[in-house]
Amino acid sequence: MLEAAISVEALVKRYGDVVAVDSVSFDVPRGTTLGLLGGNGAGKTTTISILLGLLLPTSGRVTVLGEDILAHRFRVLGRMNFSSPYVELPHRLTVRENLTVFGHLYGLPKLSARIEKLAADLDLLPFLDRATGKLSAGQKTRVALAKALINEPEVLLLDEPTASLDPDTADTARRYLTDYRDRTGATILLASHNMPEVERVCDDVVMMRAGRIVDRGPPRVLIERYGRETLEDVFLDIARDRRREAAIP
Amino acid sequence: MTAEAIASARRILAIVLRHFYLYRSSWPRVVELVYWPTMQMALWGFITLFLITKSSWIAQAAGVLLSAVLLWDVLFRGQLGLSLSFLEEMWSRNLGHLFVSPLRPAEFVAALVLASLIRTVIGVGGASILAYAMFDYSILSLGLPLIAFFLNLIVFGWSIGLMVSGLILRHGQGAESLAWAAIFLIQPVSGVYYPIDVLPEVLQAVSKGLPSSYVFEGMRAVVIDGVFRSDFLAYAAGLNLVYLAIGAASFVAHLRLARNRGLILQIGE
Repeated sequence: MLEAAISVEALVKRYGDVVAVDSVSFDVPRGTTLGLLGGNGAGKTTTISILLGLLLPTSGRVTVLGEDILAHRFRVLGRMNFSSPYVELPHRLTVRENLTVFGHLYGLPKLSARIEKLAADLDLLPFLDRATGKLSAGQKTRVALAKALINEPEVLLLDEPTASLDPDTADTARRYLTDYRDRTGATILLASHNMPEVERVCDDVVMMRAGRIVDRGPPRVLIERYGRETLEDVFLDIARDRRREAAIP
Repeated sequence: MTAEAIASARRILAIVLRHFYLYRSSWPRVVELVYWPTMQMALWGFITLFLITKSSWIAQAAGVLLSAVLLWDVLFRGQLGLSLSFLEEMWSRNLGHLFVSPLRPAEFVAALVLASLIRTVIGVGGASILAYAMFDYSILSLGLPLIAFFLNLIVFGWSIGLMVSGLILRHGQGAESLAWAAIFLIQPVSGVYYPIDVLPEVLQAVSKGLPSSYVFEGMRAVVIDGVFRSDFLAYAAGLNLVYLAIGAASFVAHLRLARNRGLILQIGE
């Protein structure tokens, strides 16, 4: 059994009477990619926010790279990173300036070379000196990915990482992320509505609905368990509460 | 210097660099830095020129109103500089990125303080140079006490800026007008342009709880009587320690509340 890079135990987040995350537990082994799937309000972003220390849970325990994220998050934040459509980079700063600021925040050596390399990998070289706010949605998504990878994180949390990308660019980004994980041994947690993407890049999938985990397994296993053709069909079954008796774990 | 101290300094300077990049790309922001201090200084400079012929109090100390307006701007720009630097992060929806980086809250506050100091020096410095050019008045004529006045006022401004930033973090951009408005709550009771003994007794009591009152009284003592009141300085410094502790505690408490309620990712209107 691989050592867990992320370990979530009995995680609960309540806002008054509303339970956003309800007794969620899962592990993500090092060097693997876990997909966090669910409809709107399923609790994916809440879970990711807690993993990053942006949100305090009502109860439960979260360990990242062996550190309790609630008690010692600054011991590991430098080894993590994330990208989310809910958070943007300053629009007036150029791509290079934004990456420079975050490179300094993460204490990186040889920053200029790192930025050039990332820009080349993510096809951002023509836009490096352009204001981030003037880029297209797809270009901004690639800049967000570049920021998420600036410190070569050991744990990468991605919320809809290929949103707004055209199929060709999305494919390149997915390939890059998979190569990155294989090359560095990084662990990736991916929240996405893009089922083909999840099928392709995730080793394991956690299905969430109304704050709870309703199923878990590798994409192929889930598809077989539900007797469906695609993960999207499985997702729809779960989102619409059409789980079959045999599929209920 | 330890490796951790160097890393911490680098993170603080990274945020200052972020604001430098912002100002480099936005000339309206640069103009705004000096625009209001200059307008205020010009207004009170001309009022002084008029009152010199009408008031013996002004005539014996022509610099008292210009000193007041420039020192008031140290307080106002100090507070606004900190709150605006914080608001810039909110407007750009960048707080989530910052708070998941290794940047500690104390480093973030230190960066806001440093950005505010730079903005204040540019804004008030520019107005002071123009005051010399237009009215032959130099703020440096206050002598060494100017350093004490400046430090006390800017620290008080930072304390208020931290409280305001915490409230904006808690209530979202709907509360951003506090960044401009909050400081004016204390202006009437700080005795900026008049001695505090003209205030009603109840407001004089309030005034005695503000570091700014002692600074402006101290400034008038220097300009009018040629006396440096070290007791005023001591009161101001002591009160500043209290307000700075309250400001920092308030910001940390609001940050924790924002983390508890999930406000950092949702920050907006």
